[in-house]
Amino acid sequence: MKNLFLIAYLDVKESLRSKWFYVYALIFGGLMALFFVTGVSDSVVMGFTGLSRMLLIFIQVTIIILPIFILITTVKSISGDRESNVLEYMLSFPVSLKDYYWGKMLGRFSTVFLPVFLALLMGVVFGLFSGGEMPWKMVFLYSALLFSLSFVFLGLAFFLSTIVKSTDVALGSSFVVWIAMLAFIDIALMGLMLQNRLSDEVIITIAMLNPIEVFRIGAISLFDPELTVIGPVAYYLLDTLGAKLLMVYALVYPILVGALFAYFGYIAFRKKDLL
Amino acid sequence: MLVVAKNVSKKFMGSYVLDKVNITINSGDRIAMMGPNGAGKTTLVRAILGFYHIDSGEISVKGFDPVKKRVEVLKHISFIPQLPPPVKLSLEELLVYVERSSGVSRKKIFEESARMDLDLKSHISKPFFKLSGGMKQKLLIAIALSKKSELLIFDEPTANLDPKGREKFYELLTEIDPACSTLFITHRLDEIEGLVNRKIYMDLGSVTEDEKI
Ligand SMILES: Nc1ncnc2c1ncn2[C@@H]1O[C@H](COP(=O)(O)OP(=O)(O)OP(=O)(O)O)[C@@H](O)[C@H]1O
Ligand SMILES: [Mg+2]
Repeated sequence: MKNLFLIAYLDVKESLRSKWFYVYALIFGGLMALFFVTGVSDSVVMGFTGLSRMLLIFIQVTIIILPIFILITTVKSISGDRESNVLEYMLSFPVSLKDYYWGKMLGRFSTVFLPVFLALLMGVVFGLFSGGEMPWKMVFLYSALLFSLSFVFLGLAFFLSTIVKSTDVALGSSFVVWIAMLAFIDIALMGLMLQNRLSDEVIITIAMLNPIEVFRIGAISLFDPELTVIGPVAYYLLDTLGAKLLMVYALVYPILVGALFAYFGYIAFRKKDLL
Repeated sequence: MLVVAKNVSKKFMGSYVLDKVNITINSGDRIAMMGPNGAGKTTLVRAILGFYHIDSGEISVKGFDPVKKRVEVLKHISFIPQLPPPVKLSLEELLVYVERSSGVSRKKIFEESARMDLDLKSHISKPFFKLSGGMKQKLLIAIALSKKSELLIFDEPTANLDPKGREKFYELLTEIDPACSTLFITHRLDEIEGLVNRKIYMDLGSVTEDEKI
C-alpha cells in the first residue's frame, strides 16, 4: 500500500511537469471557472432556473473535450511506458503490480480532477464575493457529475492502455470509443427514433448505457428540470425515473462502469506479459 | 541456488525465442553471457525478472516464482537494462522512488555516483531523460550497486560509457561483495575477462555452452 501512494505521487509530479496538463488545466479549468461564474451571476439575476445559453454551451463543451482529453493523455500512461521500456526499469524494483497499477490510476485521476476541483473552489470564492445566493446544491451535484464522467473515461483509458501493445493502437481505439459515444447522444438517437429503424426500448437502452449521454442528461436536468432542450429520450427517462433517481443513476452508473473497466485492465496487466 | 531455470520456453508470435533453457546460478557466480543478436539473452533475463509468463518450464529465484512473487524476487535483484529508459521523473523523484520502494539509502547512491565522477547534486532537478547517455548509465549503475542485492544483472552496461567511465565501472565491480552473484550480458568478453568465473553462450534461444573459467 505504501508504494501505491508513492506511485500516485510520482505520477502527479510527472504530469505537473508536462505541457498537456497546463493546456488541459487552462482550457478546462478556465471553462469550469466561467461556468460557475456565469451560473452564479445568472442565479443572481434570474434565480438559476431557466437554463441560460451559456450554461448549455459549457455543458456541451465539457461533453466533447473532457472525455477525449482524458482518453488521449491517459491511454499512453501504461502503453507508452511499455513501449519506451520505462516500465521495464520501473518494475524491476520490488513493487507489486497492484500498487503500480492502482497507484498510476490514483495519480492520473488526481491530475485530471484537480483543475475541476480548483475551478469549483474559484466558483465558490466568486460566489461568496459577488454576494448572490450560491446555488450550492447544483454546484456540488455538477462537480459530482464531472467526477463520474472523469472516472468512467479514466477507467476506459486504463483498460485500453493495458490490453493494447502499442501507443498508436491505444490512441486509435480511444478515438473510436469517443466518436461512437458522441454519435449516440440524443440528437442521433432522435434521428433513429424518427426513422423508426429501431424500437423505442432499444433507443432508450442505448442512451442509458452511454456514459456521455448519461452525463448530459444529468447535467442539464440540474438546470432545466423539464429537460425541454435536449430531446425526447431524456424527457422519457425523466418521466419514468423521476428527477431523483435519474440523478442517482447519472452519478453511480459511470463510476460502476469505470471501476469495472479499470478492474479488467488490472486483470490484463497481471495475466499478460508486462513487456 | 539463487536462480534455477528448468526447461524454460517462451514463444513470441509463434516462434520460440527461448527453447528449453536450463540454467542455474549459484551465489558467487560471475557470469558473462554472450551470443549473437537475437539469441534470447534479454528475453531470458526478463523472464527471470518476472516480466514474461513463460509457455513452459519453471523459474525460481530464491525459491520464489518471479511472476507470482515478484516483490520477494525483485528485492534480491539489481537490474540495469540494455538501453537507459527515457524516464520523465526528475533525478530527485527517481531517487525517492528507489529509496522508498527498495530501501536504498540516498547517501549510498550519491557516494557511488561520485566515485564514477557523476555529480548528482548539480542535476538533481533535471528530468532523467535529459541527462547524457553516459550519465544515465552511470546513475543506473550507481543505483544498482547501492541496492543490497544478491544478484546483479547487467544487460550490456558499458555501451554508452567513455573509456574512463568504463574503467571506473570495472574498478567498482572488483569491490562487489564476493557472495553476490553477477550476470553480465556482453559482446566484449575481453573487457570483463578478469571479472568473471563462468561463461555462458546462447544461440537461437538455447544455451549452447556453459563453462567455468
Ligand atoms: N516482446 C516481443 N515480441 C516479439 N518478439 C520479441 C519480443 N521481445 C523479443 N522478441 C524477439 O525475440 C528474439 C530475441 O530477442 P532478445 O532481445 O532476447 O535478444 P538478445 O539476445 O538480447 O539480442 P541482443 O544481443 O541484440 O540484445 C528476437 O528475435 C526478438 O525479435
Ligand atoms: Mg539484448
